[in-house]
Amino acid sequence: MLLSGCSLIRSPVLDPQGPVALDERNLLLVSLAIMMIVAIPAIGLTLFFAWRYRSGANRPDYDPEWSRAPALEAAIFLVPAAIIVVLGTLVWVYTHRLDPYKELAAGREPFQVQAVALDWKWLFLYPELGTASVNELSFPADRPVSIEITSDTVMNALMIPALGGQIYAMAGMRTKLNLLANEPGTFDGRNTMYSGDGFPDQHFQAHALTDSEFEAWKAKVKASANALDARAYVALHEKSSANPVSYYSSFEPGLFDLILRKYAPITGPYESKAAEIICRGAA
Amino acid sequence: MFGRLTIDALPFYSWIAEAGAMVVVGGAVVSFLLVTYLKAWKTLWFDWFLSVDHKRIGIMYLVLTLIMFLRGVVEGVMMRAQQAVALNSDGYLPPMHFEQLFSTHGTIMIFFVVMPFLTGLINLIVPQQIGARDVAYPFLNSLSFWLTAAGGALVMVSLVIGQFSRAGWTGYPPYSGLQYSPNEGVDYWIWSLMISGIGTTLSGINFIVTIIRNRCPGMTWMRMPMFTWTAFCASILIAFAFPALTVVAAQLALDRLLGFHFFTNGDGGNMMMYANLIWIWGHPEVYILILPAFGVFSEVVATFSRKRLFGYDYLVYATACIALLSFTVWLHHFFTMGSSANVNAAFGIATMIIAVPTGVKIFDWLFTMYRGRIEFPPAMLFTVGFMVTFVIGGVTGVLLAMPPADYLMHNSVFLVAHFHNMLIPGALFGYLAGMNYWFPKAFGFKLDQKWGVRCFWLLISGFYLAFMPLYVLGFMGMSRRMEHYANPEWQPYLIVAAFGAALILASVACLVIQILVSIRNRDALRDETGDPWNGRTLEWATSSPAAPYNFAVIPEVSDLDAFHSQKMEAKAYQRPQAYEDIVMPKPSVLGIVLGGLGFIIAFAIVWHIWWLAVAGLAGAAACVIYRSCDDDTDFVIPAEEVARIEAAHLERLTPERQHDMRIYQPSAHAAEPVLEGGRS
Amino acid sequence: MSHSASASAALAHEETHALESRDFGFWLYLMTDAIIFALLFATYAVLSGNTAAGPSGRDVFDLAHVAGETALLLVSSITFGVASLFLKVDRARPAVLWLGITLLLGLWFLVMELSEFSGMIAEGAGPQTSGFLTAFFTLIGTHGLHVAVGCLGILVMMGQILVKGGTAPVRSRLNRLGMFWHFLDIVWIGIFSVVYLPAVL
Repeated sequence: MLLSGCSLIRSPVLDPQGPVALDERNLLLVSLAIMMIVAIPAIGLTLFFAWRYRSGANRPDYDPEWSRAPALEAAIFLVPAAIIVVLGTLVWVYTHRLDPYKELAAGREPFQVQAVALDWKWLFLYPELGTASVNELSFPADRPVSIEITSDTVMNALMIPALGGQIYAMAGMRTKLNLLANEPGTFDGRNTMYSGDGFPDQHFQAHALTDSEFEAWKAKVKASANALDARAYVALHEKSSANPVSYYSSFEPGLFDLILRKYAPITGPYESKAAEIICRGAA
Repeated sequence: MFGRLTIDALPFYSWIAEAGAMVVVGGAVVSFLLVTYLKAWKTLWFDWFLSVDHKRIGIMYLVLTLIMFLRGVVEGVMMRAQQAVALNSDGYLPPMHFEQLFSTHGTIMIFFVVMPFLTGLINLIVPQQIGARDVAYPFLNSLSFWLTAAGGALVMVSLVIGQFSRAGWTGYPPYSGLQYSPNEGVDYWIWSLMISGIGTTLSGINFIVTIIRNRCPGMTWMRMPMFTWTAFCASILIAFAFPALTVVAAQLALDRLLGFHFFTNGDGGNMMMYANLIWIWGHPEVYILILPAFGVFSEVVATFSRKRLFGYDYLVYATACIALLSFTVWLHHFFTMGSSANVNAAFGIATMIIAVPTGVKIFDWLFTMYRGRIEFPPAMLFTVGFMVTFVIGGVTGVLLAMPPADYLMHNSVFLVAHFHNMLIPGALFGYLAGMNYWFPKAFGFKLDQKWGVRCFWLLISGFYLAFMPLYVLGFMGMSRRMEHYANPEWQPYLIVAAFGAALILASVACLVIQILVSIRNRDALRDETGDPWNGRTLEWATSSPAAPYNFAVIPEVSDLDAFHSQKMEAKAYQRPQAYEDIVMPKPSVLGIVLGGLGFIIAFAIVWHIWWLAVAGLAGAAACVIYRSCDDDTDFVIPAEEVARIEAAHLERLTPERQHDMRIYQPSAHAAEPVLEGGRS
Repeated sequence: MSHSASASAALAHEETHALESRDFGFWLYLMTDAIIFALLFATYAVLSGNTAAGPSGRDVFDLAHVAGETALLLVSSITFGVASLFLKVDRARPAVLWLGITLLLGLWFLVMELSEFSGMIAEGAGPQTSGFLTAFFTLIGTHGLHVAVGCLGILVMMGQILVKGGTAPVRSRLNRLGMFWHFLDIVWIGIFSVVYLPAVL
């Protein structure tokens, strides 16, 4: 149990590793504290009254007709209402401040990533590097990450709890998530939205790397023998679960937009052979 | 001939499926033999299945609830057991079964446990509480029940023939669409919701009209008992919200059956519309499930605190506010879909506002206990347990209402813990309290208290053990619906949760034993007066069980606690000058026939047996037309018969069996000791 | 079955109360139906731009045809009203006659709608083509289904009036069927102005 206690304190939500998750956690804890103003008296008084006014006690102040007390009635309305005004203000401010679509100002240009949910794995494209990886996300630790998300299957949700909240991945739609790590490290990420048999294994590790680590990682990916052209993508799209980490030294130009286009209501001929292969889902 | 129904649909592919099927088939065979052995078919058919008496229909709803509840609980325990062992392994449940389990567990608990539970209690009590002889449309009431039962039967049949949905109880597309879930499972889910949903909509309309038009003289809006008020608000929510479920289920069915493109990935479908439509129904549904339980708590807490309800009018306004606000918050179920910050914040704040009227209610019950003289039968234990536990769920609910916090906790087991923390105390405790409280009114004898108390303590401790660990696991990043997992730090919590689930199973065993023991000891537990708890509202003025017409003379009301004030003024149980003929609705075979046809139509569509679906529809249309031409739907109970029934009741009402109302004197004035006389 | 005088009085009183309750309940039912249509309209609004690779409203709608359907439905509401008035003054035969006219107009409407549907499907603009057409067929089809049920109801009521005459329950039923029929008119006006008009203009 002691071990479990430690693991709770080190849990990704309570021990965040980035400013977004930290703000989200602090909001959680502050609101929890504010609500205790009402919750503790409610629970305490329930138990206290249940004991104090039990029929066996036969108290002399029994008053069977007492059902009105204007001041008390006002208080039990106004105190919760005041708390909700405070919490509501917090919600308004923090929902805007922590809007996952808002790019984080951290002094440096955000590192762009495109994430594609597949059955049952995550594909990450790095437009800046021209490379791609499956079931592993790496980025330079000192830059914010700006992730564009879509799905080439059912609804998924991308989440790296230690760095911040989640956003859905939906076919034909582009959603966004902006995150930032405090310092280099490795964090768990996963799809949180049930998507079928392979769902439990649809997790990955996110690495925030130092400059030198990142250079080494870039070189390693570039050296991969695999290239993610349209045909390779169609093969990757096949259902599979618990996929090992794999790297691609290049990917089909505009792959992310082609995946979006697969579900978009656009008419007319395909603009390229690659578009046709991806949209038809077959070579 | 049989559509896509083949021999492969029988459950011989795994021992788990076989076991489930055997329990269903075995249960049906045993029930059949038992009824035959008791030679009860005739009574069952004519006095119950054909009955349009709201009390009997209410009892049938409760029986349906109990059967489905047993299955739902076992499924929950199976899932907790799986997660307790499935660290880096498949446990004992392959994904196919685990996924069906979480889909059926949610579907059953919401649609076929809590819904029939509350509808059953409303049926049983509301007409008696408002001094009416029956609901506005007794036949429609019977039809509603049989449609609900048909939906439940469809879920049960899915254990034997084919499989149920694996898409969760909300069935989000595109996963629930044809492309990703081609088998019959989602169709079972859709059509069981569809037919029971039609039944529920009709019930809602029925109770709105009943409460508006059938109240006895003197019962103004602000003299309506709280349970009736909450039933009224829940019925309005049903009438407004359930059409949305019908629409969204029909659209998904069209996508699946005819290749339409409402929610498909491509071809101009839009899955986000599904999320909106299902939660436009789904959030009001939460309050449909909970509001009548709030009503039960209001009745129970006043009766057993031996006090007037504190802040009655605030409770009424709070109920109405909650009902209204419940339509303005649906988007909080998908803050993470990428809406703008303005939209998310607005829905988050709207959600939090609901906490205010809910908080008011908690404090009103609290101050009803203040300066009371509280007794603790099981009904009151459930009420106090609810008040303590529900506050915790409310707090976590407000946390989830904050979009930035929800980004972290959404789709996690924290969310699972939250909604169980609302629905187990908020709904289940409430209806179990209601069952303990009103059981004598339905059957004429009380439930055994000892087993009721055991049931309560096991249920509440099981609840805390099963769900508090899930809050923690939510912080630790565990998603819901995981068939197995790789994080060893989660396992200790999941083992504790499984132990809690076992306690809940034990509490359900106590519930069953409570009912059986009470039946065995029914003579000792007999309620001769119709008023076993010294109750305050009109339903206690009738005999237990009430005569078919409830009230021989329609009462007149001058106070909120109508029956209590009659007793205080020694005006209860007065023999009228003369009795009158009473008109009552005739029983009808069409309710069960239409319910059966509904089942056949749904089953036929699930399996694509089109000729059968068309035949069923034609039969149903014929039944409706026949009924619409029938002018002779009532019969008369002659005055002499009424006089005979009433005389027998009044004879049992000897003075020593009646309650000593001197206990209601404020202590300051009470010179004489409190008498406990009259409790039989 | 013979009742005593007091029993008959009790039955009559109960019947009046029950019929009034049914009218009230039918309003509630219509409200739930209105919600169904409102959500189908909302669905149409969301999906109407999603033509995928298929045609748009401008390509497939024929406003003259729709104007014909509209006229039929509006006139049928008037003829239904005339039938109700005749029944109110206890003239069963003319009431049945006018109901018959209403029925013919309703059926004619259905025939026109089905021909519109089959024409579209033949052109490759069926409900499986795109989100827009899915929403279109579902909204119009649901309304058409209601009209078909209404036609069946009119047929039943014609029979009831012929057999039973204008008794209180029969009049009450015809009144509710009339509410239903006029409600479908209102929905159709919504369809005309939300679906057809904006697409063609």
